[in-house]
Amino acid sequence: MSREPVLIRYFAWVRERVGRAEERLTLPETVVTAGDLVGWLAGRGDSYAHAFETPGTIRVAVDQLHVEQDEPIGQPHEIALFPPMTGG
Amino acid sequence: MTADAPQIIVRVGIEDFDIGTEIDALQAGDPAVGAVASFVGYCRDEGGRLAALELEHYPGMAEAEIGRVAAEAAGRWPLLGITVVHRAGRIRPGERIVLVAVSSSHRAAAFSACEYLMDFLKTRAPFWKKEHPAAGAGGWVEAKADDAARADRWKDQAPTLPSAEGSPNLPDL
Repeated sequence: MSREPVLIRYFAWVRERVGRAEERLTLPETVVTAGDLVGWLAGRGDSYAHAFETPGTIRVAVDQLHVEQDEPIGQPHEIALFPPMTGG
Repeated sequence: MTADAPQIIVRVGIEDFDIGTEIDALQAGDPAVGAVASFVGYCRDEGGRLAALELEHYPGMAEAEIGRVAAEAAGRWPLLGITVVHRAGRIRPGERIVLVAVSSSHRAAAFSACEYLMDFLKTRAPFWKKEHPAAGAGGWVEAKADDAARADRWKDQAPTLPSAEGSPNLPDL
């Protein structure tokens, strides 16, 4: 059983470095946790390698809920990756 | 929603807000309100260096995450109302960025909840500031370790209320 494509969204400097705001990707079975996803994305090319060069700083939200990088991503509709937040 | 649940209003958008209107609305003829505490965040000019800030946000999650923080505050203090307005888009020095306002019967809960809301809005609400300087290239504002530390200190403080689920009737303080 293959996975459904997931909407991957990028914000702030992650968006700028990747060069797009969102894309629909089919994630390999080896991507189990949010951290796995960051590592897999980093291998997709130079712009991704630049965006995810410091994986520990990247925050991940699964279906608009914050998750830690060691948490499984499950079968979500969308996953967002972004820098630490600076609102307020 | 029970009669005891505070009214929570969260708005995110490019529009400015009127401080007086928002604060008055938290009283809105409710004779139980004895206190409204508020925080307003403004765009600084950083000593003349900054021309504007660009506020990017994650639509949908920004409102939802602020709503979750507000619900947590409502579980910790006996609140009557919570209003959070956060602007997005281009904001110039002197302009308002964010309003947090909280109503309660007494000031202590209103003051504490207001600070709690700002501390977690800073660290959890998905907003990002980009600086547009008066001269030269802009850049993204870095998250401050101090903001994370301010949010962390709430973990050591027991809520003043039992969980909202276990205590549907707020104590009459």
